[in-house]
Amino acid sequence: MSLTPQDIQRLAQLSRLQFEPEAADRLLGQLNGFFDIVEQMRAVDTTSVVPMAHPVDAMHGLSQVIADTDEHGITLRLREDVVSEANQREANQRSAPAVERGLFLVPKVIE
Amino acid sequence: MADLHHMTVAELSAGLKKKDFSAVEVATRFLARMGGNPHHAFLDIHSEVTLAQALASDEKIANGTAGPLEGVPIAHKDIFVTKDFVTTAGSKMLKDYRSPFDATVVTKLREAGMVNLGKLNCDEFAMGSANENSAYGAVTNPWDATRIPGGSSGGSAAAVAARLTPAATGTDTGGSIRQPAAFCGITGIKPTYGRASRYGMVAFASSLDQAGPMARSAEDCAMLLSAMCGPDLDRDSTSLNVANEDFSRLLAVPAGDKPLATAGKEGGALKIGVPREWLGSGSQVEFDGHAPARRSEGTDKEIQRRMEETLTLYQSLGADIVQVSLPQAHLCIPVYYIVCAAEASSNLSRFDGVKFGHRAKNFTDLADMYEKTRSEGFGDEVKRRIMIGSYVLSHGYYDAYYLQAQKIRRMIADDFQTAFAQCDVIAGPVAPTTAWQLGDKAADPLANYLADIFTLPASLAGLPCMSIPVGLDDICMPVGMQLIGNYLQEASLLNVAHRFQQVTAFHHA
Repeated sequence: MSLTPQDIQRLAQLSRLQFEPEAADRLLGQLNGFFDIVEQMRAVDTTSVVPMAHPVDAMHGLSQVIADTDEHGITLRLREDVVSEANQREANQRSAPAVERGLFLVPKVIE
Repeated sequence: MADLHHMTVAELSAGLKKKDFSAVEVATRFLARMGGNPHHAFLDIHSEVTLAQALASDEKIANGTAGPLEGVPIAHKDIFVTKDFVTTAGSKMLKDYRSPFDATVVTKLREAGMVNLGKLNCDEFAMGSANENSAYGAVTNPWDATRIPGGSSGGSAAAVAARLTPAATGTDTGGSIRQPAAFCGITGIKPTYGRASRYGMVAFASSLDQAGPMARSAEDCAMLLSAMCGPDLDRDSTSLNVANEDFSRLLAVPAGDKPLATAGKEGGALKIGVPREWLGSGSQVEFDGHAPARRSEGTDKEIQRRMEETLTLYQSLGADIVQVSLPQAHLCIPVYYIVCAAEASSNLSRFDGVKFGHRAKNFTDLADMYEKTRSEGFGDEVKRRIMIGSYVLSHGYYDAYYLQAQKIRRMIADDFQTAFAQCDVIAGPVAPTTAWQLGDKAADPLANYLADIFTLPASLAGLPCMSIPVGLDDICMPVGMQLIGNYLQEASLLNVAHRFQQVTAFHHA
């Protein structure tokens, strides 16, 4: 199965990217080259294999030294949803492209 | 007394404590060497910031409040955000970007007393194996300026090799510490995923990104790693809640007649496992009396020879070499490039031209502003990975690609645990070749991906792993050997590397 020029257009839209026609052609060839080597992976029988989203998930044997474990294994930690940082609006907006009265400016969205 | 710039972190630290020289003298020497920016290794330098830090270190040394690495210089990969230096991540998207805060790793190393020399060139958002994807120009290899230094931490490796800094930070997502360390003849370690905080590391692939030190020796890396790591529970949800360690504590263990007995287990000789998929036929090394393995396809003969010589030396030091197997490891390239692209496409969605970074000058509406901003700000490799990520996460393809990759990721991680039942550490090549010529693979992204074959498996599993210099090839380019340990076994891993460096001089080259 190969990607088509229409796929590139759709993915570019999903990715919020624009490509000149030449660049889109080149990209199509490169992505198809990559998905050629992906084929060997698709043939592997993974029935009953639990997906591994995260390396901490593979450290079960070490649960005695890693906290945040429960009967479901290791879970990624969430902190309390409380304010922990001082207000640093000015510092945080120093690198913003366009700011007015402490607000981020964007092009007009609603007429 | 050796020249200051030839000293290791350990030597500089000892000399500073004894007041043989001052932190300002050391910083001044390295700043002078950085003049003209050799190898294009640095992206930002502010000598006044560096010298102010050095002066503060000298005061601490004088009044007895010195940290463990007080006054020793370090430079940071431009992936770590810094208040006092620009942080670009090698991307036009973050040109001139100033972070309002320091990365945890940067803060910790400063608290340990280290003086910041500046920011080091790298592949854009750490995506690359040659440092040719930097928006600010390629880095050259100090061993041969017509060759690449490796990537993505290419500036870090080149700066240490060229004695522009005694130490550098790097990040390793799929080999970005180990491969440039190998290509530039230095030592680098990626700790267990979760050891070092990712807070303030510009995110590429969050389930893989991990910080680590790059320096001349395992001894130096151990000191640096001890200062870098530790829980950062409120700021990084994947930071391991494991007490920090003194990673130097096992360097000299064990002494006497069992120089390489494993530091982690009781008694017996160290067992080094060599995956049969990674080291070839005709090997001079006897694997536990078993038949020699199949030669790993496409791996340079010179690299095979250096591996064999190194393993033979380990045998003479008392280690046993055993054959292990990583049957799914060859699938690491599609698995890794699907997982990292998926995570990158998500992480990089934050670059929209609104809150920070580049914004296009001309656009018609909000959507056009997003698209033009991102199309102008990102380089080709970053765009390719975002596109792959969008595809493998999209409706109808998620199960076939992303979920399948996550399942094989589990199989690869399980293979390692099977292997570690038979050995203490795993050894193998870092890369199939030594550093290639600038431009050789620049137009062929797939060729770059394929060169990551030996570093990706440990990254996918999240295991600690390192690269140590083990000699040169026939054109005098450095060869590195990879050592992989089990989870949280960094101290043992560093012991294994250190024992080798005690009886060889490759790391002094």
